Amino acid sequence: MDLPVRTRLAVAAGRVVSEVSRRAGTGQGSAVGGRVTLALDPRSLELLAAGHRVGIVSGTNGKTTTTRLLAAALATQGRVTTNSAGANLLYGLVGTFSEAAGSKATADYAALEVDEGLVPRAIEAVHPEVVALLNLSRDQLDRIGEVRMHADKWRRALDAVPDTAVVANADDPLVAWAARGITKVTWVATGQRWRSDAAACPACGSRLRWAPPGATGAAWSCTSCDFARAEPDVVLDGDELVLPGGRRIPVRLELPGWCNRANAAMAATAAAILGVETAEAVGAMAGVGAVAGRYEVVTVGGVKVRLLLAKNPAGWAETLDLIRPAPLPVVVGINARIADGRDPSWLWDVPFERLAGRLVVATGDRGRDLAVRLRYAEVEHRFVDDYREAVRTAGGGDIDLAANYTSFQDVRKALAPTNGSR
Amino acid sequence: MADPVSIALLFPELLGTYGDGGNAAVLAQRLRWRGVPAEVVQVTAGEPVPTSCDVYLMGGGEDGPQSLAVRELRASGALPRALDAGAAVFAVCAGYQILGNEFLGPDGSPHPGLGLLDCSTARGKGARRVGELVVAPDPAVGLPVLTGYENHQGVTTLGSHARPLGRVSVGRGNDAGDGSEGVVGDRVVGTYLHGPALARNPALADLILSWVAGPLDPLDDPEVDALRTERIAAAHSRHANRFWVRKAVR
Repeated sequence: MDLPVRTRLAVAAGRVVSEVSRRAGTGQGSAVGGRVTLALDPRSLELLAAGHRVGIVSGTNGKTTTTRLLAAALATQGRVTTNSAGANLLYGLVGTFSEAAGSKATADYAALEVDEGLVPRAIEAVHPEVVALLNLSRDQLDRIGEVRMHADKWRRALDAVPDTAVVANADDPLVAWAARGITKVTWVATGQRWRSDAAACPACGSRLRWAPPGATGAAWSCTSCDFARAEPDVVLDGDELVLPGGRRIPVRLELPGWCNRANAAMAATAAAILGVETAEAVGAMAGVGAVAGRYEVVTVGGVKVRLLLAKNPAGWAETLDLIRPAPLPVVVGINARIADGRDPSWLWDVPFERLAGRLVVATGDRGRDLAVRLRYAEVEHRFVDDYREAVRTAGGGDIDLAANYTSFQDVRKALAPTNGSR
Repeated sequence: MADPVSIALLFPELLGTYGDGGNAAVLAQRLRWRGVPAEVVQVTAGEPVPTSCDVYLMGGGEDGPQSLAVRELRASGALPRALDAGAAVFAVCAGYQILGNEFLGPDGSPHPGLGLLDCSTARGKGARRVGELVVAPDPAVGLPVLTGYENHQGVTTLGSHARPLGRVSVGRGNDAGDGSEGVVGDRVVGTYLHGPALARNPALADLILSWVAGPLDPLDDPEVDALRTERIAAAHSRHANRFWVRKAVR
């Protein structure tokens, strides 16, 4: 790759810092290295991304998995750079490209997960050919107000790049608001069921009305203005993807549940815009198993623990479907650090009543909030302050463990085989 | 058997941003655990607001949904009628602001409230008031320390007839310069405490229930006590921020 000297030096410096950070065990390192690179050359991200055919993925839930699926599809056509560790902020993107720039062969494609707030900046810097917008719902309550604001910012950023194709979830009114009026938009009916964050019309504030599901899913429309769900181009119908013209592609994934078929539908539609034939794209996605620890099974003291990530009420609605039936014990880890949102009141928007009939072990920094929630849900539970101990308390040969963002990271560290395995 | 105590959750799709629907679950369960039948009635926007419920709950919400909610409530007139008939009202954040004389709408102009509490809410300067909130209740209310989480832009000034729920120990509360938090009226409480408030403060839940269901047997709440101790300590810890930041970065 022909990069200016300044950029090459900035990349080299960033990679050294990343390597030091990684060896010191403070993390994956790419974000801290990216920070150094960007400080030394503010244009580095744009220069590093140049020459790639870029697809970016954003939304509240499913970013990491959808990006992984998109990368799998693109890999059928060429080399792919992707931020597979979920480094989805500015420094993480720079770090991702910097590390890839070290290898001899330059990648042809980039599949990038981008934080909801960074979408405008990412569009400016990496010039994506396609932007996939998955969904928008409440995630961090101490930052509320931002859900609608993100939709507005997405809209303005996309208006400025009319040549960029957009793949939009037609079933999410806030995504529809962001993508309304965009010329190169492909609407995907994912069958999304979460509606609690879109009771009011994003355009005029009146109530939204939801029609019962029809052939292309559940349509919604405003009771007062003309804002309504667009006619979808691509429809996820059960485990089949229906393409324009009616061709049906079976979606068979190793990843479980409706939410991952929806992620695959969005990824396959984005991949098609980048030139991957849909059946081939979906076929490549079938082999994706665990994604950054999600759905991974780890064995701790003879207990097989399946790891699930659920960050917010919308994510939990899906995760409760994935959790295996009672009496299988469940461990739930809840934190409320900056990346989680400091206010875990959202626990009361999750129907934990559905976990009744089994033991639930509450853990994490805010496990006591969860314990109180489970008491009122009349779910048998115990609070345990340590992840390995929580797994032992749950017992049994097989358990599910669901945790929110930083708790999930702590769980992966705590349950890693190298960490005091006995 | 007596009619169940009915708890109306008003507009959960508009005023339920901060898990405040949990307040309804808490009230209903605390009655059931004492052998008193209880039911939760969800009232969504566009439906008629019943006047026959015993407790009415409203939670937090964004500006747009808040003005939609107040439009519906002013048009229906159900809340004042229910209060006259002996019902209780517990409202949080956006719901609290609606109960006052006026609050600021999304367009920045004052909206008339329901006038059930003698207070008015203006838009506060600077960043939103976000964080743990600890309140020493007014001695006349007869409650232990209140704990919750606040997240609001509004600054609420109390009128001459208003009695505050308490004084702020940690956090901002009404934030009108008098150190007050919330308002208590005759069977009406407005507050900025989320958490949800009644999950973190069972004594407040029982006080509201006693207004409509009479004296109640005590309940053991060891898990809630542990949570309260943890949250109050976290709020008071002057190093709380640094501690959490350090943990998050690691």
